[in-house]
Amino acid sequence: MTGTLVEASARRDRPLGSLYAGNARSVMSRGWRATRSTNWLVVVSGLFEPVFYLLSMGLGLGALVGTVDGPGGTEISYAAFIAPALLAVAAMNGAIYDSTWNVFFKMRFSKLYDGMLATSLGPLDVALGEISLALLRGALYATGFMLVMQVLGLNLSWWALLAFPAVVLIAFGFASFGMAVTSYMKTFQQMDWINFLLLPMFLFSATFYPLSVYPPVIQTLIQCLPLWHGVELVRSLTTGAVDVGLLWHVLYYLVMIAVGLVFTTRRLRALFLD
Amino acid sequence: MTDLATPSDLERGVALAARARKWGAWYVAEHRFRVMRSYLQTVLLTGIGNPLVYLFATGVGLASLVDANLGDDAFGGVGYLVFVAPALLCAAGITVATEEFTYPIMLGYKWNPVFLGMNASPLRPGQIIDGIVISVVVRMLLTCLLYYVFMALFGAVPDAAGWVAVPVAVLTGLAFGAVLMGYTSTLTEDTGQLAMVMRFVVLPMTLFSGTFFPLAQLPLYLQWIGWISPLWHGTELARVFSYGYAEPIWLTVLHVAYLAVLFAVGWVWARRIAVRRLSK
Amino acid sequence: MPAAVITAENLVKKYQDFAAVDDISFEVQPGEAFGLLGPNGAGKSTTMRMVGAVSTRTSGALNVLGLDPDRYGPEIRAQLGVVPQSDNLDMELRARENLIVYGRYFGLPSRQVAARADELMAFAQLEDKVKAKVDDLSGGMKRRLTIARALINDPRLLLLDEPTTGLDPQARHILWDRLFRLKEQGTTLLLTTHYMDEAEQLCDRLVVIDKGAIMAEGSPASLIRRYSSREVLEVRFGSDRNAAASARLEGIGDRVEVLPDRILLYSDNGEAALVRITELGLRPITSLVRRSSLEDVFLRLTGRSLIE
Repeated sequence: MTGTLVEASARRDRPLGSLYAGNARSVMSRGWRATRSTNWLVVVSGLFEPVFYLLSMGLGLGALVGTVDGPGGTEISYAAFIAPALLAVAAMNGAIYDSTWNVFFKMRFSKLYDGMLATSLGPLDVALGEISLALLRGALYATGFMLVMQVLGLNLSWWALLAFPAVVLIAFGFASFGMAVTSYMKTFQQMDWINFLLLPMFLFSATFYPLSVYPPVIQTLIQCLPLWHGVELVRSLTTGAVDVGLLWHVLYYLVMIAVGLVFTTRRLRALFLD
Repeated sequence: MTDLATPSDLERGVALAARARKWGAWYVAEHRFRVMRSYLQTVLLTGIGNPLVYLFATGVGLASLVDANLGDDAFGGVGYLVFVAPALLCAAGITVATEEFTYPIMLGYKWNPVFLGMNASPLRPGQIIDGIVISVVVRMLLTCLLYYVFMALFGAVPDAAGWVAVPVAVLTGLAFGAVLMGYTSTLTEDTGQLAMVMRFVVLPMTLFSGTFFPLAQLPLYLQWIGWISPLWHGTELARVFSYGYAEPIWLTVLHVAYLAVLFAVGWVWARRIAVRRLSK
Repeated sequence: MPAAVITAENLVKKYQDFAAVDDISFEVQPGEAFGLLGPNGAGKSTTMRMVGAVSTRTSGALNVLGLDPDRYGPEIRAQLGVVPQSDNLDMELRARENLIVYGRYFGLPSRQVAARADELMAFAQLEDKVKAKVDDLSGGMKRRLTIARALINDPRLLLLDEPTTGLDPQARHILWDRLFRLKEQGTTLLLTTHYMDEAEQLCDRLVVIDKGAIMAEGSPASLIRRYSSREVLEVRFGSDRNAAASARLEGIGDRVEVLPDRILLYSDNGEAALVRITELGLRPITSLVRRSSLEDVFLRLTGRSLIE
């Protein structure tokens, strides 16, 4: 009967059971259409944000600061010090915006996921599709910003080319983790909490000044946060102070991505397919 | 047949209308306060958290770099923290303004049109705007006072007259906010205009208004950003009071006048649009 | 006889201790329009969600299109069309784009989806709204667009949750007309409603649900025959006098129901009943004779009104 046919096909095509239909790209293509028809200008203009920061802090404040100790201990200009940090932050922001506020809105207000999960899509399709979109946005910002850095002469080494995949990794980490956290949020107030936690992380993660200004306890605390790993990774690459230890940062993000994906999928399943 | 309005009915109507004429704006403010109570948690959290985080990042972090390079009296006799703190205070006023003068306005006219409901009562359109201004003044004052307390704790206010920086910051927020409210009132649909304002007006203003470094640090062709920026005028004014920053008296007068005029223009503009949108 | 499209046996859905669906059984045959009639909170939507394979059951057996929804969710959903209670159209996309994107969720090829979308825009009588923003459509148009969207994958079974709630009478009739056409084309429909006129219009067969359990099953006409009289006389004496008046009406007609605002007298001849009331010297403020409806069936079965 049809039952056995379906059973066989289900076992073959869906190793992840009813979680994944292998059609995450349809979710992405929906996002692409939506962006194109409504707010592409807003998305693209996000490129300017890190550039404004770089010009203000790097050039204006840089004149007051002078030079700083870079990762390898060599003295580098203040602009060259903060530019890679802003690059990591740009990736984070692009990814976070799409994976938190946008996802929250779709989940709680526009009921978009109810509609998606009433089709043959599974929760992992939705999670992967949305996260990939967020990741693309992060990558877009990063590319633009790296070009600006190149023009201003702030990429100090050929290793800087590797900053691009590094930034994609960072965006992936924040996107999957951000969506996981968002899927547990119920109110706007709770969403404000996310912003509230992001601000100190943005300011304190060795973005604008070295970690050494803090007492050791705070240093350790900050080293637990994801942005610090991203900043260190990218800064080491753009300044050329590369060693094997950087792989720890990579590992940190790989774990973050995995945890984020698992929790997002489980949560979407519980929310929409209980 | 029912009777026509009796004299006592008429009297009652007249009395109610008179009360609305006199106190209408405060009724609207009360409405806003009740709404704010629903996000009081956020108001308090950011009100306490933001000064802590920013003062720590600038006072402990950036100051250590700047003062190490220039010495701790490079800004007219004071260190970097004292220099930057008034700017942060005024920026806090601006932040409240960007929250309270944008989405609540869009909401009131369109998304959840409470303004239409108010307009169906004896309130007049102008009073709706006045009421919002009143409520924002209160929230701004609270936020800036909290900010000031933390500034004092961080040792960022050497002058006894430093508290004057608080009303200055509120005026700064209102000057920018009123104009922003006027602009928001003209929007019949948000297709990203507000996000654009945040990105291309608020952010550059925060970064290039002599906030984190003196305006003179910028090339001359960029200094105009400061001159038209309410944040620059407010920050310079606040510096005069918080640490006795030396500037000619006419410039101080100009700061006050500029901020006051912006506030007035924005307010009148928003009221006019309210009349036009709600009376058509 | 062909296999049933839906078979539910002793179906139960509990949320913690609360049983939203409490031991219901029914079968839906191919090509049938089957209704779940009941007030808000009766368990209709929960049943719909289980049939739609987006909610797992607590116990009992459920078979949809020959498959168990708890195990074969994606396979079942691939053959379903779902019209949810509140439109969840994509506000960021234009009208026709909504259909295209939705079709892609089923993994259908772009060209096929595009052609189907054009057909469905015509079917939903929205040809001139192809590029309209969803927000600019009227309530009835949004509803038709949602139905068109649900048909994009050529479903074997269409689930409609409260299809016309919140629509004005004219929009409802347009929508019913579209659903009739689907019926004529042989689409199996499962719909929930708390409007008895809708159930009478659309359903071949229905179950009356209250508090998670089935109270009665049958065609609209047979249910009315079984649980109500041919006609109903509605009389009003004024809100504070209805109770007193009802005491004197015993014996007229088969049954008397006292509602907060009016009294219902069940009788095969409403006019005759009205005459007898006036003979008793009672003077109702208003009176109305009408045919029995499913509303009366529900009232009889549960002692409560459908719309509260």
